Amino acid sequence: MSLKTILILIPLLPLIGAVIAGFFRNRIGRAGAHWVTILGVAASCVLSGYVLKGHIDGSIGTINETIYTWGVSGGIHFQVGFLVDHLTSLMMVVVTFVSLMVHIYTIGYMHDDPGYQRFFSYIALFTFSMLMLVMSNNFMQLFFGWEAVGLVSYLLIGFWFKKESAIFANLKAFLVNRVGDFGFLLGIAAVLVTFGSLDYGTVFAAAPDKAADTISIFGGAEWSMMTFICVCLFIGAMGKSAQAPLHVWLPDSMEGPTPISALIHAATMVTAGIFMVARMSPLFELSDAALSFVMVIGAVTAFFMGLIGIVQNDIKRVVAYSTLSQLGYMTVALGVSAYSAAIFHLMTHAFFKALLFLGAGSVIIALHHQQDMREMGGLRKWMPVTWITAWIGTLALIGFPFFSGFYSKDAIIEAVHESSRFGSGFAYWAVVLGVFVTALYSFRLLYLSFHGKPRMDAHTRGHLHESPLVVTVPLILLAIPSVAIGYFTIEPMLFGGWLDGAIHVAEKNDVLAALGHHFHGATGMATHAVQTLPFWLMVAGFAVATLVYLFRPQIADRVRQMVPGIYRLLDNKYYFDQFNQKFFASGAVRIGQQLWNKADAGLIDGGLVNGSAKAIGWLSGIVRKVQSGYLYHYAFAMIIGLIGILGVWVVMR
Amino acid sequence: MLAMGVIEILFFLFSAVMVAAATMVITVRNPVYAALFLVLTFFSAAALWMLLEAEFLAIILVLVYVGAVMVLFLFVVMMLDINLTPLKEGFTRYLPVGLLVALAMLAELVLVLWSRGKLGPEDYPLPTPREQGYSNTQAVGEWLYTNYLWPFEIAGIVLLVAIVVAIMLTLRKRPESKHQNPAQQVKVRRSERVRLVKMPAEGGE
Amino acid sequence: MLSLAHFLTLGAILLCLGVAGIFLNRKNVIILLMAIELMLLSVNMNFVAFSRFLDNLDGQVFVFFILTVAAAEAAIGLAILVALFRNRQTINVAELDELGEGEA
Repeated sequence: MSLKTILILIPLLPLIGAVIAGFFRNRIGRAGAHWVTILGVAASCVLSGYVLKGHIDGSIGTINETIYTWGVSGGIHFQVGFLVDHLTSLMMVVVTFVSLMVHIYTIGYMHDDPGYQRFFSYIALFTFSMLMLVMSNNFMQLFFGWEAVGLVSYLLIGFWFKKESAIFANLKAFLVNRVGDFGFLLGIAAVLVTFGSLDYGTVFAAAPDKAADTISIFGGAEWSMMTFICVCLFIGAMGKSAQAPLHVWLPDSMEGPTPISALIHAATMVTAGIFMVARMSPLFELSDAALSFVMVIGAVTAFFMGLIGIVQNDIKRVVAYSTLSQLGYMTVALGVSAYSAAIFHLMTHAFFKALLFLGAGSVIIALHHQQDMREMGGLRKWMPVTWITAWIGTLALIGFPFFSGFYSKDAIIEAVHESSRFGSGFAYWAVVLGVFVTALYSFRLLYLSFHGKPRMDAHTRGHLHESPLVVTVPLILLAIPSVAIGYFTIEPMLFGGWLDGAIHVAEKNDVLAALGHHFHGATGMATHAVQTLPFWLMVAGFAVATLVYLFRPQIADRVRQMVPGIYRLLDNKYYFDQFNQKFFASGAVRIGQQLWNKADAGLIDGGLVNGSAKAIGWLSGIVRKVQSGYLYHYAFAMIIGLIGILGVWVVMR
Repeated sequence: MLAMGVIEILFFLFSAVMVAAATMVITVRNPVYAALFLVLTFFSAAALWMLLEAEFLAIILVLVYVGAVMVLFLFVVMMLDINLTPLKEGFTRYLPVGLLVALAMLAELVLVLWSRGKLGPEDYPLPTPREQGYSNTQAVGEWLYTNYLWPFEIAGIVLLVAIVVAIMLTLRKRPESKHQNPAQQVKVRRSERVRLVKMPAEGGE
Repeated sequence: MLSLAHFLTLGAILLCLGVAGIFLNRKNVIILLMAIELMLLSVNMNFVAFSRFLDNLDGQVFVFFILTVAAAEAAIGLAILVALFRNRQTINVAELDELGEGEA
């Protein structure tokens, strides 16, 4: 099998699975649907692993190949092509592996759902779309993948389409993503205008020459073209990767089935924005302003979204806000030019966040779709596997030394500390304090659901049992990389130049190189962590959570009563939803109503359709008056005509 | 025949009478008066035509028009029991419009007549009067019965048709009036007149 | 010194009076007919004047025919008027609107 065939097969196998599971779902039945998709994704995963292995041992170099040209317009070629370098192969493995785990897990989670085959079709389709996105070698295909994953996300959030809130959530996700995609599309258009090409290689090669280009928007102000492009592209990333203020859709997307929350809304799709910015690093490196913007947005998201997580009671929503916060960390890393650190965190996060979500899903199955943590407690007795894997995920998330999250998060914090970019001081404190917040909400989740006294009703308690193997096996398989992957990959990824071919960092911005001087192996980094502020903040978060949620629950209430304003602010998620609802949603509704009333009913129907009829009627009414039937009116008309003709004659004579 | 100055005086006199009479025709309320003023207008016109040496037409105008047509007008006006009140409505309302249109038309016509000097007062002066033995009637007659013979015959037919039409339009059956139909009287049969009925004799049981 | 223009002007005045008559007496058919007679007379006046000033008898013959047709017209018009009055008991033109919206 040639390499090209392999590359084509990798995204195509899940697509074939999706098509079969989707269109022939009644023919192949439930088991058929999960077998065909799981086999497709598994094969794709194995092939991705083969490519990654080839990259690691050097037998495969960077591949940049165009497969098919589907359109030529005005000298611009629209192509399907693959750019597979180290960054891509890493993403491919992460995507297909997590996707495979989720596929297997879904067998257990969706066991009784009538939309079983449909679900498998969707997630396989998602895998295809995501692979197309990461493997793309041009902006057009990137946009295709970008929109395709958005579409599948929309379909899956609203998977239970009979649920009012799910429909609302998927519409919301779709609309908010449109805002981001608008920026993204503008960015792509700006790229096309500036470079005359949509091919990565061409654009990146030409980028340094265009660094001084300016564009004039809003009257006289001259903007750097690069800044404009990068900000627009990043707005797209803000939508997809749920950065403030376009984050509002992600918590609501938890209305979808839990495997989806794990796969799409935690591990892979939401990281598309991070991946995209990393992929565009040659462009972003040319604009300090855009990077500052990226960093500040990320810092705001990292800290303030974490705060909301503390007050949420829905187990999935806590994890969702945690996801927002972690995406913020990645964005901050992008903002300080530590792209590798962002990708590194993306990878570790994909594993441990998928683990946490699937663990939450396992709890949800056991409790018969009860998601409120106030109705849980003491689950470790009944669900030991879920409990232990949840602990592992939590430790990874808060950045406990030696766990994967520790390496990636610490690398980001250090990189921010090292950076001297405008706004990095703020970003540093946001990410450092974020560690405390992360520890607090993570342990709160853990304690409320697995420890303490059982608070569920007696009937549910009687039926509690550990989840089936199809659920626990993916948990265990995800727990392993959650623990170990950071330890083994930090050195090649951050300091060993693994991503050098894919990511371009300007000399002056290279904070990771500066960090590299202090780096003395993964073990050394972990032992050294005990002396650093983030570690102690994490311990403090752990201690506070332990005290408040394990031993003295009344403290939480007292704090709540002491600062009701802050609590209300957090409980309402900074009123983003209300604001959007009030201004954008109802504004749009009002505009729509105006357009409907004025433009459609008034102008088109009233003015053009009925109006023309009315005008004819009105004209006829007037003409009819001429035809009054009164002789003297006719006589009058004749005489007036006579005078007119005579007048013309007098004048013309 | 007549001195030059006299002709002018007569022209302006009859013209003034004519215009005044015509004005009265269109302004008086009572159609009878209107008809009478129209007669006066025709008389003035006939007099003016005399000045133009069109004696035949002047006489015809008086005889036929005044003697027949205008009498017909008066006859109809008086025969019909017309309620005049509604007919008077709106006179003042229409006055401005009527005057405006009439004046506009007059202005245009006068403009045509007097503007370029082609038909100014100096052009086309009154020709010299014809000699003593000239007969206008004879000349018109000769002209009419030679060059215009067929139109003349057609004019006769037009008049005939007009007579028939006038009778047709006004003739009508009057169901309430009693009259005999001789044809029906002659056509009648015995069975339509007498009916023999058998009936039992009365009384005598 | 009389000229053709004098007579033509007189005819114009007469014609305009006829037109004004149509406007002023729009309700009364009889006076309308008389106004039409006035207009015909103005035309006749012009014909006669042209005939005399151009020394051409055709004009007078035309007047003769016009008189004929005018007489016929007057006869028929009055006959219509009589028939109309019998049917409608009115000669008010404002009520003769069957050509209009047909609500009579």
